[in-house]
Amino acid sequence: MATYEKILLKNMEQPGYTGSLADYEKAGGYRALRTVLKDMKPDQVIEVVKKSGLRGRGGAGFPTGVKWGFIPKDHPGPKYLCCNADESEPGTFKDRQLMERDPHQMLEGMAITCFAIGAQTAYIYIRGEFRLGAKILEKALQEANAAGYLGENVLGSGLTINIFVHLGAGAYICGEETALLESLEGKRGMPRFKPPFPATHGLYQNPTVVNNVETMANIPHIINRGGEWFASIGSPPKSCGTRVFCLSGHVKRPGNYETPMGITFRELIYELGGGMRSDKPLKAFIPGGASAPFLTPEHLDVKMDFESVALAGSMLGSGGVTVMEEGTNMVWAALRLMEFFYHESCGKCTPCREGTSWLVQTLQRIWNKRGRPEDIGVLDELCGNIPGRTVCAFGDAAVSPIVSTLRHWRGEYEALILEAQETMPRSKEIPVFTH
Amino acid sequence: MAIGPELLTSTNECFMLFERFKNEVDDILSRYPVKRSALLPLLNLAQREEGFVSESAMKEIAKILDLTPAQVFETVTFYTMFNLKPIGKFHLQVCKSLMCALVGSDDVVMWIQKKLGIAQGQTTADNIFTLSVVECLGSCGTGPMMQVNDDYYEQLSEEKVGRVLDDLKRDGTCSLKTGPFMYPQPLAK
Repeated sequence: MATYEKILLKNMEQPGYTGSLADYEKAGGYRALRTVLKDMKPDQVIEVVKKSGLRGRGGAGFPTGVKWGFIPKDHPGPKYLCCNADESEPGTFKDRQLMERDPHQMLEGMAITCFAIGAQTAYIYIRGEFRLGAKILEKALQEANAAGYLGENVLGSGLTINIFVHLGAGAYICGEETALLESLEGKRGMPRFKPPFPATHGLYQNPTVVNNVETMANIPHIINRGGEWFASIGSPPKSCGTRVFCLSGHVKRPGNYETPMGITFRELIYELGGGMRSDKPLKAFIPGGASAPFLTPEHLDVKMDFESVALAGSMLGSGGVTVMEEGTNMVWAALRLMEFFYHESCGKCTPCREGTSWLVQTLQRIWNKRGRPEDIGVLDELCGNIPGRTVCAFGDAAVSPIVSTLRHWRGEYEALILEAQETMPRSKEIPVFTH
Repeated sequence: MAIGPELLTSTNECFMLFERFKNEVDDILSRYPVKRSALLPLLNLAQREEGFVSESAMKEIAKILDLTPAQVFETVTFYTMFNLKPIGKFHLQVCKSLMCALVGSDDVVMWIQKKLGIAQGQTTADNIFTLSVVECLGSCGTGPMMQVNDDYYEQLSEEKVGRVLDDLKRDGTCSLKTGPFMYPQPLAK
């Protein structure tokens, strides 16, 4: 089995590494922050990150350096950094490990980002369920403040960088960057219409960068080893660096695996993950969190980078790979995910609010063998009318389980409906209600 | 929860909760340039202390943040983690999203129901356990799992669930909870 150099998980995999400041410093931590404050200008930092080709690790994959470059330099008021630690995409659990095992890695990345974009205040928006992670981050912040890496006059540079932990309270949509900002402002977490983008009108209508935990954790390494080094890893030029892939479902060894982008799904599932957990073969997998359309065994040799997965008709998203074995009913799988999206729709846009509810009801009907022949048409029509008609990308994500399972396993829907037709009472036996 | 007109109009009441945590409240307020941002942290604090977000806590928060009680209430109801009525001492939240369902989360719900004799959304007669079935908790590689108050319990089996419930009831805590998360553990070299 090929072994790969780890970047983000390297420290925490050392025996005895606790993630304390002392351990992190011993492993070379906060060297990048020193370098940046001593020898670099903010624009140079942005250039290095642009050169590295780093793209956001939260799901959308927007180039990080470009995002930073959008922050206006002449803004008279404050600017903000928000670290998106609202990890809620089903199938994803990498940020949790990065925060709980090596919190200073992401804090150093955040401090460097604050310097690059000229922010004095940063918030870590962490999902409300991650109490342990929040506690660990609070402790790490205390350590970093006491050691002068954060707070006023960071490392004698005269700069102020304050980072605070902000706990959410259970809402998937708050991982969407503008919903996150609304929530951080103490409101219902409903996405804002874009434009204007957070880069100009973000937190409190000030320029704001929102970056994922894993994105932040990459920054110190890019500073230490250079943009060219990072750009040489993975599948350049568009998918540089490593990803922490989260493997779940019917595999022998689920968990977090860091590899360069561009390995195949086969390698992740069968080599790193040890293959299927039983003798049943693989039937389907989700390549990038619940929002990513399902793929089939014939896609196993697709490379795990942004472009290749997109070409295969899905997306790499948050890097959460969920594997399903033969025997898993795809209508059931789609229903489970659809229930999630129905539960989590924020309710702002009608197509998503009403559509997810309608989709769940239709799927439940089919799954409970009460489906009607026209139900597949209902699904097709609804799935064609939600995407692109909502303020945020949730609407597009919500239909992907149904669209993709209908594409690959339409027969399973038809079989359930056929069964319903054979077992359900004939239409004249159905009581007619009159008003 | 019935929210009567009194919540929306009353202004003078004897507020208690946040008096006791004045330092913590001040610390929270100092973190944000705009007061309203402290809303979720204060609600979290209220729930931590009382087990749920009470009407009087909402009024008190509204007063601290210069909001109307309605503004607080509209925000509270958006977030699933806030309980609007009292629940048991331990809140069992079992994840039922697809990734956990693939590895048996429905069984976990069944085991708990069998052992405690309560259905989803119910609390045991002794007010110790409340059972909820929830969406993804970010623990997909180590499912099936449940969250009990602040702690995660993962890779559950029927035996493990039984032990967690017994320990919690007897000792108020259980050593099987997950610490700082890393999975898989690196192989010993």
